[in-house]
Amino acid sequence: MIVDQQAPRVSGPSEPPSVNTLSRRNFLRAGAAAGGGLVLSLRLPFATGEAEAAADNVFTPNAFVRIGSDGKIVLIMPYVEMGQGTYTAIPMLIAEELEVELQQIRLEHAPPNEKLYVNPLLGIQATGNSNAIRGAWQPLRQAGAVARNMLVTAAARHWNVDPTSCHAERGEVIHEATGRRLSYGELAAEAARMPVPENVALKRPQDFNLIGTPAKRLDTPAKVNGTAVFGIDVRPPGVKVATLAQSPVFGGRLKSVDDTAAKAINGVRQIVRLDDAVAVVADHMGAAKKGLEALVTEWDDGPHARLTTEAIAAELDEALLTPGAVAENIGDVDHAMAGAATKVEATYRLPFLAHATMEPMNCTVHLREDGCEIWVGTQALAKAQATAAETAGLPLDKVVVHNHLIGGGFGRRLEADWIARAVEIAKHVDGPVKVVWTREEDIQHDMYRPMFAHRLSAGLDGMGMPVAWNNHYAGSSVIARYLPPAFNNGLDPDTTEGAIDLVYDLPNLHVEYVRVEPPGIPTAFWRSVGPSRNVFVVESFMDELAAAVKQDPVAYRLALLDKTPRAKAVLALAAERIGWGERLPPRVGRGVSLQNAFATHMAQIAEVEVAKDGTVRVRRVVCAVDCGTAVNPDTVAAQIQGGIIFGITAALYGEITLKDGRVEQGNFDTYQILRMDEAPNIEVHIVQSQELPGGMGEAGTSAIGPAVTNAIFAATGKRLRKLPVEASALKQPV
Amino acid sequence: MIFTIKVNGQAHIVDVDDDTPLLWVLRDVLGMTGTKFGCGMALCGACTVHVDGVAIRSCVTPIDSVGTSEITTIEAIGATVVGARIQKAWLDREVVQCGYCQSGQIMSAADLLATNANPTDAEIDDAMSGNICRCGTYARIREAIKQAAAT
Repeated sequence: MIVDQQAPRVSGPSEPPSVNTLSRRNFLRAGAAAGGGLVLSLRLPFATGEAEAAADNVFTPNAFVRIGSDGKIVLIMPYVEMGQGTYTAIPMLIAEELEVELQQIRLEHAPPNEKLYVNPLLGIQATGNSNAIRGAWQPLRQAGAVARNMLVTAAARHWNVDPTSCHAERGEVIHEATGRRLSYGELAAEAARMPVPENVALKRPQDFNLIGTPAKRLDTPAKVNGTAVFGIDVRPPGVKVATLAQSPVFGGRLKSVDDTAAKAINGVRQIVRLDDAVAVVADHMGAAKKGLEALVTEWDDGPHARLTTEAIAAELDEALLTPGAVAENIGDVDHAMAGAATKVEATYRLPFLAHATMEPMNCTVHLREDGCEIWVGTQALAKAQATAAETAGLPLDKVVVHNHLIGGGFGRRLEADWIARAVEIAKHVDGPVKVVWTREEDIQHDMYRPMFAHRLSAGLDGMGMPVAWNNHYAGSSVIARYLPPAFNNGLDPDTTEGAIDLVYDLPNLHVEYVRVEPPGIPTAFWRSVGPSRNVFVVESFMDELAAAVKQDPVAYRLALLDKTPRAKAVLALAAERIGWGERLPPRVGRGVSLQNAFATHMAQIAEVEVAKDGTVRVRRVVCAVDCGTAVNPDTVAAQIQGGIIFGITAALYGEITLKDGRVEQGNFDTYQILRMDEAPNIEVHIVQSQELPGGMGEAGTSAIGPAVTNAIFAATGKRLRKLPVEASALKQPV
Repeated sequence: MIFTIKVNGQAHIVDVDDDTPLLWVLRDVLGMTGTKFGCGMALCGACTVHVDGVAIRSCVTPIDSVGTSEITTIEAIGATVVGARIQKAWLDREVVQCGYCQSGQIMSAADLLATNANPTDAEIDDAMSGNICRCGTYARIREAIKQAAAT
């Protein structure tokens, strides 16, 4: 398989193939390809809530399989590759049923196209929420099976034999009795005239050749020899490089700029003043950065000039005292609480977090009077195009977006703020301009994982088991801004995921959410989104309950899992594999967490060592996962390993704070990322399963935080209810 | 100022200020974009290249300090025995995720193995902890370095 790094075309697949048949289930159509051959059009879900929208009767395909008369098989699909292995796992689904080698499939990224790709309910074309495989699992295998069936039918007709006497193998149809063969390329044009079969059986799991077998990532060779092209690497002829400073306080304005010194710098071409930002355009980034440092800039800080994170935290605490929207209610919590033998209460606090993708924000724009071309790496192609069009004041069809490999997404590149910025700057520049953010700008003008506060209370019966569970929490709803139709009655699926539908059998449960939007700091999705907070809270509190009645935290959880056998199985497996219950040296402890998030069941047990000075080192993590069918098991393991590192970074170091309205962190010295000498040994155990595949990009991240803090409790007796870990609180008493 | 620098065996004449970081000369002036920008303060290692075989952070290396040294970048490291071994190990071990930091990781690893053919875990940690990977591929990097050392 060949991975296209750039998909410069906006025509081609955006023109629907001539439709001749509509399948009964309305998920797929077949027709003739423009240059001869067979095209299947299908619809893959994109994002949260889209599965529901698919019930809509309007067929708006967004993925295409083209089998050309030249034998080339091209899959055009809307998901983007950002390290999660989607460019390998998705083609595996179609290759499995189509009976071709993975290497025979060429992948092209779908271009933005409002008509074809925008969901009528959500208006979004995006890769996120760990749902690519979940969405593509059924439709892509069906498309492969349908195409195979049509190719076999075409061959049988050609030979005038019964189709059941033929079979498909490695891109050919073979007539078994005579050994005659025709390649898919030879058959494609004829296959396009065959009726679309309505019921094609999919392979049984035991017959899979590709699915479930580790496959080599196919986008990697270019990433080890310097030839992979990320957005930041594009160099259209005549491109200038710009870097910028935005108002250090969100909502502030640019008051004045003295650019005398900057303009004198060799290579500096132009200073661009915007309402709330200033940019230096130069021949290269070295000159642009030097120019930016030489500017003497005054800002009007605006209404948030005195804002602090403490003030936002106080607002959240206040909101915990006000009623919110009921996310889940089971039984009668108040009644159960009144009769409880023991009561436990705790308040948890989670910080703002930056994404800090390794590739800083960047976007290259060539704005002309009659059109706009942009080069970028985005998780949300249609949003990128729409934002550029709106900022440029151009119709959508005048904006061409070239999407590229993404040097880390984690939710940051679901936004388009930096694309709007680049277009604003390009309005002042003659010719193409690449706008590259410094790391400081990237961290100080991110859109952040929101700060949250949760107040938990529980009532335990005489045996110590929970009979009442109350979770009241407050913070920002990213969905309310990003996908307004998905925010209903004060709730959205992201802020509640991991707080409701718990794996535990709790007879009386009440979960209530209060939406509080912080002033002066934008919020956004961040790897593992809602569960990154909710799992920390739920699993910390569950640990507290076990501790309150002096029970083993694993046994305590297992006793609550009779109705969720998949959760119980992963917890038991993780405990067995780490050797739960072994004696450990002083200041070493193990902590557990369990979750069902992104339709994946996962248990993690972390082993930590807390030094005398309070420094925490995560030594080992054992993860047991049941993600249903593991399409590419090696990618599953890689995503868990990486997700755990991402989550440890957040647990130990991650915090964005505001002082005088300004983000106090700026680069990797003040916003630390876990390094190799701190990375634990991670063991991943994948449960063999034939269930539907679950999401894998984020689950590892949400599970690790509470496993670490629960392990710190085991090692020190100190319960941490606020992230990140405060090492000074863990010093060994003298 | 005019400088003549030698990159991957080829001489290039560039006209930039003497304090211009080598990173931007490579990326924006010479168009060799395999070397990446991550922090600009030698904190993340994405910009690592070799100067006379030694790994340095090109984002804080001014062009006027390079002189006539031999600069080697990710684009040419595969031509060295150690570099080719490392690239192969990276593919065999499926190290890469987003891939953005991997040029720098490979350049740091190549320096390590060129000077220490059989590094211990602690030596690998020492040599590699200046390189951040946000995707968290550290365990596989460690395995790949061991594989490259063993071949």
